[in-house]
Amino acid sequence: MSDLRIYLDGIGLCGPGMNSWQSSVAELAGAAPVILTQTVLPAAQALPPAERRRVGVPIKLSMAVGFEAVRHAGADAANLAVVFSSTGGDCDNCHAILETLASDDRQLSPTRFHNSVHNAPSGYWGIATGSRAPSTSLCALDATFGAALLEAATQALASGEPCLLLAYDTAYPDPLYALRPIPFPFGVAMLLRPQPSAASLACLDISLTEEALSICADPVLESLRSSVPAARSLPLLQLLARGENGRVVIDYLEHLDMAIKLTLLPRSAP
Amino acid sequence: MRTLRLTSFTLTSALGHGLKPTLSALRAQRTGLMHKHWETVDLDTCIGEVAGVDDFAVRKDLQYFDCRNNRLAQMAMEADGFAEAVRAAITRHGKRRVAVFLGTSTSGILSTEIAYRHRDAQGRLPASHNYSHTHNSYSVANFVRHYFDLEGPAFVVSTACSSSAKVFGSAQRMIEAGLIDAAIVGGVDSLCLTTLYGFNSLQLVSPNACRPFDTNRDGISIGEAAAFALVEDGAGAQPGDIVMSGIGESSDAYHMSSPHPEGLGARLAMQAALDMAGLKQEDIDYINLHGTSTPSNDAAEDKGVFALFGKHTPCSSTKGHTGHTLGAAGGAEAVICALALQNDFAPGGVNTQDIDPALQCQYLLANLDKPMRHALSNSFGFGGSNCSLILSKVAA
Repeated sequence: MSDLRIYLDGIGLCGPGMNSWQSSVAELAGAAPVILTQTVLPAAQALPPAERRRVGVPIKLSMAVGFEAVRHAGADAANLAVVFSSTGGDCDNCHAILETLASDDRQLSPTRFHNSVHNAPSGYWGIATGSRAPSTSLCALDATFGAALLEAATQALASGEPCLLLAYDTAYPDPLYALRPIPFPFGVAMLLRPQPSAASLACLDISLTEEALSICADPVLESLRSSVPAARSLPLLQLLARGENGRVVIDYLEHLDMAIKLTLLPRSAP
Repeated sequence: MRTLRLTSFTLTSALGHGLKPTLSALRAQRTGLMHKHWETVDLDTCIGEVAGVDDFAVRKDLQYFDCRNNRLAQMAMEADGFAEAVRAAITRHGKRRVAVFLGTSTSGILSTEIAYRHRDAQGRLPASHNYSHTHNSYSVANFVRHYFDLEGPAFVVSTACSSSAKVFGSAQRMIEAGLIDAAIVGGVDSLCLTTLYGFNSLQLVSPNACRPFDTNRDGISIGEAAAFALVEDGAGAQPGDIVMSGIGESSDAYHMSSPHPEGLGARLAMQAALDMAGLKQEDIDYINLHGTSTPSNDAAEDKGVFALFGKHTPCSSTKGHTGHTLGAAGGAEAVICALALQNDFAPGGVNTQDIDPALQCQYLLANLDKPMRHALSNSFGFGGSNCSLILSKVAA
C-alpha cells in the first residue's frame, strides 16, 4: 500500500534544450538525442508591463512551467493553490545584493530587496493570476522536487482541491557558483488532484522509502538529474514521456527517498 | 480538522532565553528592543538582539552548520526541556515518523555576507565558507534534523514573514495523511545585513523602538528569534493542553511589498482559520496582530480585523516587545499566544502611546487578565503571503 495516492492532470517543463513538456517528450522518451543548450526563458507575459520588466529568471521560469501545466490540465489558475519549491530562489539577485552589502555603499535597490524573498515567484504568480488561494514556498537543498511533491500531494488531499506543484532551480554566478554549481535553470510543474478527472494523465502512488534511486540511462540526462535539484524529477518525467506504467525512486533526503508507482489513465479530455 | 497538540514549545528572543523570561517580560510589559550598534551596520535603528548568540557554540559534531542562525536554533532548542521532549517523541514514534518543518526568511546568509567581504584577488570566497550548511534556506531544518538524528520528512518554508506560521499547516496535513506522527515546527531568523539594509531601502525601518498602532508609528524594528513547537495528533490532548485548532492561509494577489489596502487577504486567512476550528468570531479571546508598526501594514490589518471581529475582541502586537522577527515571527507569536492561554491574560502592546484614532480595533495598551480559551495569531509576509493560526486551551 502506498502512503499517498494522487492524480496528475498536467505537466510543464523548461530546461536546457527543453522549451516545454510538449516539445521535449521525444528526447525524454529516448526517441531523440538530448542536447543541453542554454535554457530559453520566455518573457512573463502574464504580468503587467511594469512588473514584467523587474523580474528575473525564477519568475520567468516558474511562470513558463506553471502556465503550461495549467493549460495542459485544462485547469483554471485563478483559484489554484500552489506549492513553489527552489533551492536558491533568485540566485542572480542574491549575488547582486551580497556584492552591494560588501561594498562601500550598502544602499540596496528596494526592488532587489523585495525580489530577494524566497516566495517572490509566488507573489508575482498571485499578481498574474489574481488567485487568493493558499501558496507556499519551500526549500530543501537538493530535495527541491521531493519536498514539493510531498507538500503539494498532502495539500491536495487535505483540501480536496487541486494543487499546482512548481519546482525550479536557477544558477548562481561566481563566486557562489563554485560552491553550488547548478549548470542550468530548470523547472517542472505538475497539476495534482486528489480525485481523478477527465483530464487525468496518470495515478501516482507515493511511498517514503530507502530503496536505491532510479537514475537516467541517458548520460546527458543523468548529468542533469544529478546536478540540478529540480531535475531529480527526470526519472518520473521519462516514464510519463514513454507512456509506460512503472515505478521509480526519486531522490529526497538523506535516509529517505520517494517511490512513485505510475499508472497511466486513458485521458478523455483533449 | 485534526487538531495538533503542542506537546512542548519554547521561544528565545530579545525578551530572553526560554519561556520564563518571555512570560515575565510580557507580564511586566518590558521591551527587548535597544538602540544599539550591531555588526558593521551604520543605520540609525533599534534592534531586538538575542543576548549570547555570538559566544554560543553549536554542537561539536555539527560544526559544519555553524552560523548565527543555527547557533540561535540550538540555543533555543536546549531551553524548556524541548530537546528532551523531542527525544521522547522519537522514542514513541521512531525517527522516520518525526518531521522537521521550519520557517526562515534569511537563514544563515550573514555568513555569506561576511564571506563576500573576504573574497580573494580572483573574487573567490574563503575556502572555509560552507554555503549549503549555513546560507541555503534549508540549513536550519537540516541542522535540526541532524541534531536529533532524524530520518523523517523535512523542509523549510520561506514565505517571508508568514514562514513559521505556515509550517503548522504542513505538519497538520502530513499528520492527517498518516505520513508522520509528530513534527518539530517553528522558525528561526537572525540579524543580518540583507534585512536591515533591505527594509531600510524601502524606508520601512524606524529609528525608534517600533510602536504598533500608534498615531506616530514610523516603521519596524528588526529582531531575531527562534521558536519551536513539538506537535502531535491533538486526539491525545488533555485538559489544559494547548492545541492548534485552526490554520488559515491565503494570498493577497495584490503587490510584492504592500498589503492589500482593505486587508482582504488577511480577512480570508482569519476566516479560513475560524472555519477550520469551527469557531465564531466571539469565541476568540485575543488576537495577536501581525502589527509591524508601518503606517500601511497596520492600517490594512486593522481594516481586515475590524471587518471580521468589530471592536470587541482585544488585540495587540507583540512586535514592540520582540521586534519584527520576520521568518520567526509566526512561530514566536504562536508561542506567545500559548503562554497567554496558559496564564489567562491578553498581553498589552508596548511602546505604543497614542492609539491611532483612524484604527478601529480594540488595541490593548495594558495586560488584560481574563479567562482564555482561544487566541488568534496573524502573520503576513511580502508577496502577499498570509497565515492565521488559532490556538486553543483544552477545557477541563
